[in-house]
Amino acid sequence: MIKFQDVEVTYKTGLKALKGVSLEIPRGQFVVIVGLSGAGKSTLIRTVNNLVPPSAGEVIVGDRSVTRARAAELRRIRSDIGMIFQTFNLVKRSTVLRNVLAGRLSDANPLASLAGVFSRSDIALAHDCLARVGIPEKAYVRADALSGGQQQRVGIARALAQRPEVMLADEPVASLDPPTSHSVMQDLKRVSREDGITTLVNLHFIDMAREYADRIVGMRDGLIVFDGTPEEASDEAFENIYGRSIDIEKDLRGAA
Amino acid sequence: MGLPKAPVLKAVQSWATVAVVLALLWVSAVQTDFNFEALTTGTADFFRFFTRLAPDWRALPEQWQPLIETISIAWLGTVFGSILAFPLIFLASFNTTFNTPVLWVTRSLLTLLRSIPDLLFAAILAPVLVIGPLPGVAALTLFTLAIIAKFGSETVEAIDPGPLEALRAAGATRTQVIVYAVIPQVAATMTSYVLYVFEINVRSSTVLGLVGGGGIGMLLNTYLAFFDYGAIGVLIIVTFAVVILIDQVSNFVRTRLL
Repeated sequence: MIKFQDVEVTYKTGLKALKGVSLEIPRGQFVVIVGLSGAGKSTLIRTVNNLVPPSAGEVIVGDRSVTRARAAELRRIRSDIGMIFQTFNLVKRSTVLRNVLAGRLSDANPLASLAGVFSRSDIALAHDCLARVGIPEKAYVRADALSGGQQQRVGIARALAQRPEVMLADEPVASLDPPTSHSVMQDLKRVSREDGITTLVNLHFIDMAREYADRIVGMRDGLIVFDGTPEEASDEAFENIYGRSIDIEKDLRGAA
Repeated sequence: MGLPKAPVLKAVQSWATVAVVLALLWVSAVQTDFNFEALTTGTADFFRFFTRLAPDWRALPEQWQPLIETISIAWLGTVFGSILAFPLIFLASFNTTFNTPVLWVTRSLLTLLRSIPDLLFAAILAPVLVIGPLPGVAALTLFTLAIIAKFGSETVEAIDPGPLEALRAAGATRTQVIVYAVIPQVAATMTSYVLYVFEINVRSSTVLGLVGGGGIGMLLNTYLAFFDYGAIGVLIIVTFAVVILIDQVSNFVRTRLL
């Protein structure tokens, strides 16, 4: 379970990215967050693992306060939260397996991990995670030799290797072509279901949000402006989230 | 409809730069009493001196040992300096350091070290460490330390921050982030820099002996004292050949790395 309590984020530049967000996400739910660029989606997701610390309010994951945790405690919480990124964020010059093993770092023996040594069970788990996203044969290939879709699958495998309770996905398919986007979203949804992972996904595409979400949260200007099922997320609801028409033709005519 | 106007400020800046460069050139020439006349009147002397440098190859056998010592000084200085620089690289990079005070103290220390030329290091260290290879190695170690830490932190600060964020998000420690996300991104570039600094150090170490730093420079000092120009001629040719050889090998390895 994830609980946001009146979360506010003000960046050093003075930008107020979140203006008081309260939200409760039950265990195992697959939530898609939609909104324009700059609405606060990425910031919201990053408060869950404290990559962006809230300037007010609190985020609770399970029964632990992420916001109050420091140093070692924060690392322990983070080790239970997987994250995947728009630009995949793999170490391109390292092998796929080494990238996936990075997901085991927080639980691995610290000294052995610095020497690049992992336990047999960790290595077996890494291979298993690659198999679950359909690229077991790529383990010893350099990460930059893979296609975008394959790289994002390595990203999912790395997150899975953490055996996470929560999965965060920040625009996971925004750099991929439409067919690849769908297959990556299907993989993400499937592994979340199989492991009962609570998942938060930022998405740009309305059709994808409706297709994969258990629940859609709409954000505009640092606030939640919609919260409902995909069935409730009508075109009118989306127009309210985006603050403008989603019909391109109408939009163009309106702008002229 | 007119074209957008070219910014006037840009042009003014360009001309100002040219003016400053010319002014500096004039000031420097006055300060050094530079004139082209002296260059031309000196030509005859130069050629007379040059003919006396005709190599006397009997001096060759005694030069091998100091030459090998010179290269060894350069190599040891490069390796020791790089090893010492390694931890400092991460303290001097904003994306891997502990906090701002540590960052600034490390950077200031490195700036101070960089401001001292290696010849000065050798001259200061020679009386302390006994004249010979040791002060040479120490001087090049300090020079390498300062320059590799600088190159290193600039390289580390320019890497893709994505993998660092990903590993932090996964609960990795600072050291784990450095080992898994930073080093793989900089290893090839840094190896190339270390080889490049080795090339520079080989050149430096040939003259370090002039101030008591050991190697071929000490031999050069002796030759100069005895006006043994034939031997100096050999020494120049041999040094030239070795420096070029090392540059070529190092260059070849570096292009293969990147």
